[in-house]
Amino acid sequence: MTYRRYAVTLIALTLSLVLLALACLIFGSVDIPMSQITDIVMGKGSDNKAWEIIILQSRIPMIATAALAGAALSISGLLLQTTFNNPLAGPSILGVSSGAGLGVAIVILAMGGSLGGLFGGNVGSYMAVLLGALMGAGVVLVVLIAFSAIVRSNTMLLIIGILVSYLTSSVVQLLNSVATEEGVHNYVSWGFGNFSGVSVAQMPVYAGIIILALIGAALMVKPLNALLLGTRYARNLGVNVARTRNILLLITGVLTAVVTAFCGPIGFIGLVVPHIARMSLGTSNHSRLVPATILAGADIALLCALVSVCNPHGIIPINAITPIIGVPIILYIILNRRRIQYFN
Amino acid sequence: MEDNTILRTRDLAVGYRNGKQQVTLLKGLNLSLECGKLVALLGQNGAGKSTLLRAITCDEKPIGGSIEVKGKNLMDMPQKERSRILGLVSTERIQAGALTVEELVGLGRQPHTGFLGRLDDEDHEIVRQAMADSGIINKAGEYIASLSDGERQKAMIARALAQQTPIIILDEPTAFLDVASRIETMRLLQTLAHERGKAVLLSSHDISQSLMLADELWLITTDRQVITGTTAKLVSDGAMDRLFTNKTIRFNNQILDYSF
Repeated sequence: MTYRRYAVTLIALTLSLVLLALACLIFGSVDIPMSQITDIVMGKGSDNKAWEIIILQSRIPMIATAALAGAALSISGLLLQTTFNNPLAGPSILGVSSGAGLGVAIVILAMGGSLGGLFGGNVGSYMAVLLGALMGAGVVLVVLIAFSAIVRSNTMLLIIGILVSYLTSSVVQLLNSVATEEGVHNYVSWGFGNFSGVSVAQMPVYAGIIILALIGAALMVKPLNALLLGTRYARNLGVNVARTRNILLLITGVLTAVVTAFCGPIGFIGLVVPHIARMSLGTSNHSRLVPATILAGADIALLCALVSVCNPHGIIPINAITPIIGVPIILYIILNRRRIQYFN
Repeated sequence: MEDNTILRTRDLAVGYRNGKQQVTLLKGLNLSLECGKLVALLGQNGAGKSTLLRAITCDEKPIGGSIEVKGKNLMDMPQKERSRILGLVSTERIQAGALTVEELVGLGRQPHTGFLGRLDDEDHEIVRQAMADSGIINKAGEYIASLSDGERQKAMIARALAQQTPIIILDEPTAFLDVASRIETMRLLQTLAHERGKAVLLSSHDISQSLMLADELWLITTDRQVITGTTAKLVSDGAMDRLFTNKTIRFNNQILDYSF
């Protein structure tokens, strides 16, 4: 019975993924005939070289970027929610994304104030940006661990996360006040959220790190389930709680940092998708939750990507779309928390 | 007489750290737990019941002394080995409302399963048996969220049973339960001790029920001593009067409860 629900959900999520990916391939600011798209994808090429470039170097990388970013952020959210025993935790609300953003800003400033390095530059510069993001996310996670040992209240930890976000954004603004105009402009547009920032050349690094971290998360299913019972029970079940938490937060930090470095600080996906997965499966069991969260995250991100490119007047920033999807779901969850099993 | 002792504390001292200060609550404890016995740990609030249990479950480092299971120091054991010796039921809030009873009880198999925690046929059989023994098998497919407090406690006990440990420690297992569920839970624990041969140690506020069902008592007296012995002996020795500071509350041996 419940297994059937799991199977049906996974099939539905996979089908949606395929359909959304196709839609992202077909629709965009430039109209390309279907026959030409198929030819280009099949490797037969097209007479119109511009179309070829759009499909192969823009749309397909964007689809991969979005799907991986969605999966990465959603798994980050799931791991944070279980680790901190807090259903409203997520990489953006806890300030992990903004920490990564601050790291990016510092690196950009140190490299001469231009984000050109991230979007078009050489391998060295985007690796530096990536490293900056990792450091930033890492620092915030360490701060969160420290505070979570002191403040036991879930709400307080969320507020601390929000405060961390304010603090990092004020530091970023201070940095911007001494940065070049171009640097500021680049940083601001990076902040809008964008799935077109990963070039074909950067894709192996981006995809490689995310896929490895996702596999890492999938291997943590057993301790994650034990943590549902709280740290004392988890310890009693043989889980090394401190080590497990460090591994989980390392995975979270890597996933959030990579996505933030390449796509900007994207809100709501990490917070909302684990809830979508839990509610559609009707379980908190991570062995089912992890695959469903990965797929649902990819779906939601592709949906956002599709909306963002379907505007005839230009691309809509991703961060203008995610709250429209995310806020109603969060409100629904908050209002119905007594009826949702996993809160009780 | 056959020695069924499974756990023994040697000169154990427990307490807590308050900033840099170390506060010792209980010291010089040489306690032992036997298989097949239900032991109730009684004492006033703040006497150190939870602290003592947290030391025995290795959740908190004791201030001194050691805890031995079959001659081995429990604290030096790898966590995995310990998780096969000692099962826990606490009052910690759990986040498992969307797990079914069977899934929750299945988590008790974690010390025995592989890297991904998959259950094989034997594990499933053990889980079913644990649910049957705890009287919760009729709710196997239901969400934890839909259970009453008493049923939830049974599920948690079944989880500890599925862990197949010779010792089960319960921190206030009846704290949030109504009278009927309290008695049911205590009876269940007594059965587990007497029929399954488990060494069961529980802390409780519920003195009259503990006296009726426990084989032995560990009493934390007001002068920070731990008196142990069979329930009948401690009652007849008048030890029960050393549990509370208030002299107007006296233990009444006839009704096995306090009167004032």
